[in-house]
Amino acid sequence: MYRQTEIISDYSKVPSTGGDLGEAGDLVINIGPQHPSTHGVLHLVITLSGETIKNVEPHLGYIHRSIEKMCESLSYRQFIYVTSRMDYLSSHINNHGCALCVEKGLQIEIPERAKVIRVLMDELTRLASHQLWWGAMAMDVGALTPFFHAFREREAINDIMEETCGARLTMNYIVPGGVMADLHPDFQKHVKEFITLFKSKIDEYDELVTGNIIFQNRMKNVGYISKNDAISYGCTGPTARGSGVSCDIRKLYPYEVYNQLQFDEIIENSGDCFARYLVRMQEMRQSLSIVEQLIDNIPEGDFVAKTKAVLKLPKGEFYSRVETARGEFGVFIVSEGGTTPYRIKFRSPGFSNLSALNHMARGHKIGDLVAIMGTLDLVVPDIDR
Amino acid sequence: MFLKDYISDIFNAVKSLLTGMRRTGYYFTHHKEIITQQYPDTKQILPERFRGEVIMLHDENNEHACTGCTACELACPNATIKIVTKFDVSPEGKKKKALDTFVYHLELCTMCNLCIVACPTDAIKMAQTFEHSVFDRSLLTKKLNKPGSKIRDGVE
Repeated sequence: MYRQTEIISDYSKVPSTGGDLGEAGDLVINIGPQHPSTHGVLHLVITLSGETIKNVEPHLGYIHRSIEKMCESLSYRQFIYVTSRMDYLSSHINNHGCALCVEKGLQIEIPERAKVIRVLMDELTRLASHQLWWGAMAMDVGALTPFFHAFREREAINDIMEETCGARLTMNYIVPGGVMADLHPDFQKHVKEFITLFKSKIDEYDELVTGNIIFQNRMKNVGYISKNDAISYGCTGPTARGSGVSCDIRKLYPYEVYNQLQFDEIIENSGDCFARYLVRMQEMRQSLSIVEQLIDNIPEGDFVAKTKAVLKLPKGEFYSRVETARGEFGVFIVSEGGTTPYRIKFRSPGFSNLSALNHMARGHKIGDLVAIMGTLDLVVPDIDR
Repeated sequence: MFLKDYISDIFNAVKSLLTGMRRTGYYFTHHKEIITQQYPDTKQILPERFRGEVIMLHDENNEHACTGCTACELACPNATIKIVTKFDVSPEGKKKKALDTFVYHLELCTMCNLCIVACPTDAIKMAQTFEHSVFDRSLLTKKLNKPGSKIRDGVE
């Protein structure tokens, strides 16, 4: 049952013993909505006993743009661009999920070339997202240099995106039926350059941060969540895989060409912050290997299937899911047969992952909360659509 | 036992510190790997597909290819484009629909490229500009067809 939180305006009225807000001597503080460690406008109301966290309550709504409602007035071609603004770090994968759902409704077969291009772009986006996460998380726990290292390599991916898709962050490259434009002639060359560059740099990442004993002490045995709890909180992505849950959509429900590729689903069993960190670091190597497998094997042919000028989905309900950098992203479309959806629901990974924050952070010190939030890889516009 | 842990902790911390400092030292002595660009002094050439703003292509005779079909206006998700049409009267006395004003609201545009894809005559394209800041918001509402321009012969 959801309980409405009382906004505390007068501390003299706070019950002194028992009650929802804790015992006497507990301190209720706000982190955010404007705080560097929350990576956006996330508002956490924290009940503290001394320096120990007793309760964390996220307050949402500061960046709500009613994207689901907006999509109801946009056509099936138009609504895809809005989803780039949800999880802006894996905007390609969001667009991919929406395009898959529309294609499911239209029952169109997309060309092989488009499939491979989509997967290539997905994995490059995942790499860029994990790089930014790595830099930002190391910065959260006090190491400033990795942030610049991460952005240096991410810049190479952004340049590739800019060259082929025309934008660096909100690409809107995937359209129902394929992709918007063919690959740039230099795409393969630049991706290969990036692969050779990044292979040496990811070892540098490990050298700088993973092996650092101070970093490991901050991460190990912090923010533990068990396998059962991860499932019951609905965690997906690296957050759940750090607890030993097998939940990679690319493996379990393969879409596009993922069933033809060789890659491992990374699972760590210790369930703490360091496990989630290791999962993401390993995933970077897996994504790199997927890109390597595909870059020389892009089939020739059309990059987009022929579709009608005005798309109309048949009456019914359609659901599709993809694996973003943060977990499972689901798109649910209810169509009444018109040119616009009757209802759209997005299942965003960040929202469910954030719900486990209270469970993870309870009993830890306030400094550990920042580390836990870092490993959850929160993107606030994704949580609060 | 306690003393052993204590000493090994110190040893590990110093080792980690030195590993980190080795990286720092490497970049200190390898200036070529520094990639910072001093923005206003050195400007990067943006790729041709970069989406900066929508422009209308005009040739040397001040002619464009826009028929005023409003395909871009319908494709736009944010009502960025507004097309005003007029009726041209040809010498034979026939009335023909033509473009009067192509209004483009840069302040509403999200550079999604859907209008460019929708255009049947390739009359508009994305320009590689990015420094859009102005002192007054009304300056961002642009008229894309140049004054006195007309449709190119043969474009239907």
